[in-house]
Amino acid sequence: MSNVTIRHVHKHYADFHAVKGVSLEIKDKEFVVLVGPSGCGKTTTLRMVAGLETISEGDIMIGNKIVNELPPMDRDIAMVFQNYALYPHMTVYDNMAFGLKMRKFDKAEIAKRVNNAADILDIKDHLMRKPRMLSGGQRQRVALGRAIVRNPQVFLFDEPLSNLDAKLRVQMRVELKKLHQRLATTSIYVTHDQVEAMTLGDRVVVMKDGLIQQVGEPFELYTNPANKYVAGFIGSPAMNFADTMIEEVGNAVYATNPTMRIRVPEQIAARMGPYKGKPATLGIRPEDLHMATGADPEDLSFDAVVEVGEQLGSEIILDLKAGGSTMVASVEPTVKVKPQQTIRLGINPAGLRFFDATTEMAI
Amino acid sequence: MIEGAAWRRWVFFRLPMAIFLIFLLFPFYWMIITTFRPDGELYIPWYRANYKPFWTWNPTTAHLKYLFGETTFAIWMWNTTFIAVVATAISLFCGVLAGYALSRLTFKGAALLGTTIFITYLVPQTLLFIPLSEIIRTYSLGDTPWSLILSYPTFLIPFCTWLMMGYFKSVPKELEECARIDGAARWQAMLYIIIPVAVPGILSAMIFAFTLSWNEFIYALVFLSSPEQKTVPVGVISELVRGDVFFWGPLMAGALLGSIPVAIAYSFFVEQYVSGVTGSVKG
Repeated sequence: MSNVTIRHVHKHYADFHAVKGVSLEIKDKEFVVLVGPSGCGKTTTLRMVAGLETISEGDIMIGNKIVNELPPMDRDIAMVFQNYALYPHMTVYDNMAFGLKMRKFDKAEIAKRVNNAADILDIKDHLMRKPRMLSGGQRQRVALGRAIVRNPQVFLFDEPLSNLDAKLRVQMRVELKKLHQRLATTSIYVTHDQVEAMTLGDRVVVMKDGLIQQVGEPFELYTNPANKYVAGFIGSPAMNFADTMIEEVGNAVYATNPTMRIRVPEQIAARMGPYKGKPATLGIRPEDLHMATGADPEDLSFDAVVEVGEQLGSEIILDLKAGGSTMVASVEPTVKVKPQQTIRLGINPAGLRFFDATTEMAI
Repeated sequence: MIEGAAWRRWVFFRLPMAIFLIFLLFPFYWMIITTFRPDGELYIPWYRANYKPFWTWNPTTAHLKYLFGETTFAIWMWNTTFIAVVATAISLFCGVLAGYALSRLTFKGAALLGTTIFITYLVPQTLLFIPLSEIIRTYSLGDTPWSLILSYPTFLIPFCTWLMMGYFKSVPKELEECARIDGAARWQAMLYIIIPVAVPGILSAMIFAFTLSWNEFIYALVFLSSPEQKTVPVGVISELVRGDVFFWGPLMAGALLGSIPVAIAYSFFVEQYVSGVTGSVKG
């Protein structure tokens, strides 16, 4: 069993509280992604699991054993670094064999494991080369190979794809996913890229300012963000927000501001009790907006002025101005609009989300 | 490089470069020509018709023969080599370890210690030899190679430490972290990963230290007195300048032979040396 438990972990630096009580249960064979902006504590958390940073408070357990005081070499983990950290003076083979040599494996076993990993990663032809002779993608594979050969309990990834160009990144992302399906090793993956997080993670942990904002499966984070931050972070283009006042008119609840008057769907309206007459933030994803037709009711649509249209072939991304707030809408690629044109956008009511204006928690 | 017309390259690059090279290499040329010039040509006044300062048609090895036959030059060479090699080895060993510790281990007062080491390097040798000679006398090391082997590290260790500190800082921290996750203890990570990666830095520290001890003059002059203990710089000056008589031929022959090992050391490691001083490691 190689589950990882992080329990109330804090990290204090001299004048900076980097991680403020993170608790997380990572199941055996699970692929968990820590995602957040730089400085959110995700890398520090990973480094504490690796044993490269001391833990100021709390416990970290790997396979039900507290590892707080254990040096990195005794934690049975492997880590892949952003800059690959390949040993420049060693060949690819020696890079991959180093960990096994340090652990006194016999030569035949080392050769077997290295060749096997090289096969999986398709770097067999480069085993005798030095890292500087390899391309970025190949180096990344060697770094992965070095982790695989050890057959550790846990893989730790620290932004492993950030140094690759966009195309290669997508390709390596798929390969990482295949690799995990094949090896089924518990993995913790740190990234600032929400697309990587969504595509790779069995579960995604969104962090900000040293705190976990939400933990969940990718689709759950997308559909039910716990707060405004997660809502804005997950999904691309990001969710639109508009400041509104909540009003009750008869049986219906409306979110209004000078440019829109949106009827709140009933299941959310039921939770709106305490917000009547108070401000709340309305959130709607670009993909839940469309060009309004006659079928769209007045209270589920609003006017906006087109600023820029970006034709992507499969869709058009419209940058709009609706009153004081900028909005982004994803509309049919066949729509014809001009800059400065005023259009009416319809809202898919199932996509409406509301957030407390002060705590930013989802309502 | 200078872009543009050919005359611009000549005026702004090639000509200044040529002047610089002539200025730089002329003393060496003078040294070589004097070594092989017979005495009859050396001491000829400039107004004589056959005065040819820049060339000789009668090269001779008489000065070299004199150097090896009439002086203990071979012994001076051996002394200098022995002292320079041992002093360099000691300084490099201490400098590499201290440089690693100061750049990588976070301990209280690390920065202060680093600065202090550097300050000791700034104390001029011309002042330091006075207390040092007292120490040398107390331990009866005077007139032995050990007086220099033990006093050269006083300026070589700070120098090596600082050079290595800078170089170790340019080695990505992740290399070591990765090694430690891979199962290496701290000393193993240093021995198998960091030091091999830092070889260019170590080589440049080595060349510098070797050159400094090879050419060192003041300590050697003060601490050594008998001719068979002397190093090349001191021996050549003290044995070949007698009173106000300069034995130019043997003097220049000694200087020439004395500068050859250093020149060889530099040309051998020039590649590593450049990357060591400019300091960059790519993963």
